[in-house]
Amino acid sequence: MHQIPQVAYRRSIVLMALCVLLVLIAVAAISLGSISIAPKRVFEVLFGMEPSGQIDFARDALVITQIRLPRLILGAAVGAALAASGAVMQGLFRNPLADPGLIGVSSGAGFAAAVAIVLGGRFLPDAATKLPFAFLPMAAFVGALMSTLILYVVASRGGRTSMAIMLLAGIAFAALAGAGTGWLAYISDDRQLRDLTFWSMGSLGGATWSKVAVVVPMVLPTLIAVPFLARGLNAMALGEAEAFHLGISVDRLKTGAILLVSIAVGAAVACSGLIGFVGIIVPHLLRLSVGANYRFLLPASALLGASLLVGADICARTIVAPSELPIGIITATFGAPFFIWLLLRRGPEFAV
Amino acid sequence: MKIVSLSALVTLLGVSLASLPAIGDPGKANESGSLHASQPQRIIAAGGVVTEIVYALRRADVLVGVDSTSTYPASALKEKANVGYVRALSSEGLLSLNPTSVIAIESAGPPDILKAVEDAGVQVSHLPDVATPAGISAKIKEVAKLVGEPVKGAALAAETDKQFAALSALRSKIEKPRRALFILSFMNGRAMVGGRDTSADGILTLAGLQNAASTLNGWKPISDEALFDAAPDIIIAMGHGPQDVTVNSILAVPAFAATPAAKSKSIFIFDGGYLLGFGPRTSSAARDLLLAAYPKLAGQDKRSDLQ
Repeated sequence: MHQIPQVAYRRSIVLMALCVLLVLIAVAAISLGSISIAPKRVFEVLFGMEPSGQIDFARDALVITQIRLPRLILGAAVGAALAASGAVMQGLFRNPLADPGLIGVSSGAGFAAAVAIVLGGRFLPDAATKLPFAFLPMAAFVGALMSTLILYVVASRGGRTSMAIMLLAGIAFAALAGAGTGWLAYISDDRQLRDLTFWSMGSLGGATWSKVAVVVPMVLPTLIAVPFLARGLNAMALGEAEAFHLGISVDRLKTGAILLVSIAVGAAVACSGLIGFVGIIVPHLLRLSVGANYRFLLPASALLGASLLVGADICARTIVAPSELPIGIITATFGAPFFIWLLLRRGPEFAV
Repeated sequence: MKIVSLSALVTLLGVSLASLPAIGDPGKANESGSLHASQPQRIIAAGGVVTEIVYALRRADVLVGVDSTSTYPASALKEKANVGYVRALSSEGLLSLNPTSVIAIESAGPPDILKAVEDAGVQVSHLPDVATPAGISAKIKEVAKLVGEPVKGAALAAETDKQFAALSALRSKIEKPRRALFILSFMNGRAMVGGRDTSADGILTLAGLQNAASTLNGWKPISDEALFDAAPDIIIAMGHGPQDVTVNSILAVPAFAATPAAKSKSIFIFDGGYLLGFGPRTSSAARDLLLAAYPKLAGQDKRSDLQ
């Protein structure tokens, strides 16, 4: 027990470092891109100062305020939502492999997106053409919530929700949604197939202020609820019965956490497609350094998730400029080997 | 620039702002088809057929970027910046080329990316993509207008129409239409073939051929038994890239070796972009295909005398 002050010290250092990292990455995200804009001009645009030169000022201002800034905020919100939700899920299921996908969010959103891409033009041509920007995200969001609801109903009996049943049902549901997506891929044409593939690799391209205005309010409740969730999840680590005896309303915790996560991740996935890996890896990465206390793990996951996704997005939109890579490729290509390296040099105190 | 600071503030509140583009440099927006643009045109072609038409009009000089489907002419992707796949464009990527306009084929996107580019003061022209002879000449005229070459465009479109008319005359001489199977690729000995509602079906029709795979919808792998039923008189395969389909690789598959096409050695390898592009080269592609499928008609083809 002599380690405790040292651990607390390390935690505050890590949290501060993560804040600094996020600020640095945000500055980089605003300054870097396929259009090179001098740091001085970035500064002038952001703080509304008198421009020192007129050449391309209007364009640069537009790129910063209408393209990079909403993209940065969307990326941070999506990253924070995915990583914090991943940590919540791992605590709730008491399973290191848990990620938001387990409660059906990704599979439901993926299936609904496939329906929208392949069948949308055929059966709802009006909706698909009148809402070209919103049709797919709306479908994906509804799909995410619907599948979570189905799983929740399956796993609940007599006012109690079984996490083990939800996990098993989640796996079955993911297989079913995968099969449904497969059927749709089979009847799709070339173009729809390409769209499906790109969607399943995720992208923050097409971020607009209106998307930010929709996604951020969906993600915020989860982040605000972190302190409340943390207490319950810490108790849950001892076991459900133990948590109940510690005075935690276990079923309310489950319902609340599932609801918050499905809304946050549903909105994130709807706007950015499937970005895998962040939800699982970020919490584990932090467990290696700050330990398993959710009071620190949840905010740290949100911060690191935001930084990681915004950082990956910088790579995605600069590596092959003026074209762009799907962000899911970047997060997995760089993140997975790094994570394996961390696992290789783990200390004896590390336990999942 | 108080407007900018104010708008940045407003946008931070999450309000989508449509007024900002108003402060964009008005001199940047070129009038469509203007022959006397105030500054040199800088055009991005989003769609392989757009690039092909611009090159056919010999105005490659106005192009600053092309999308990754612009495989013809092969020099396009070497000379011009690659803005990525036509349906996964990037707004900042497009803007970084300082374009005056983007010519986007109907399927280009995502739509919100093109909208963002348009909001930045770049003229975005959406080009209808109809896979018919009339659609092709309409595309040629429209692209020509946008690059400021309406006269050349009208001439090229008229030439294309004439070729299609000749093709139609040639088609009318076909006594008994033959059945053709269009192979896109081979995966583990299974052929991916063009069914109904594919560009392959379109080019087969133009060449006076019946699609032997018309029971399938879209591009689908065909089973050995369905292949037996299809009984194609002719097999057309796309040959390009590292996984070249060759006549021998087709004959090596037993189900294919048993088809009427294999027995009469009527297997033809064509370049995919040539047959499926539905651009300025389509009339001659269809004609080549027709003459390969109906060799007897070669003598009656007036155009072949000219060459």
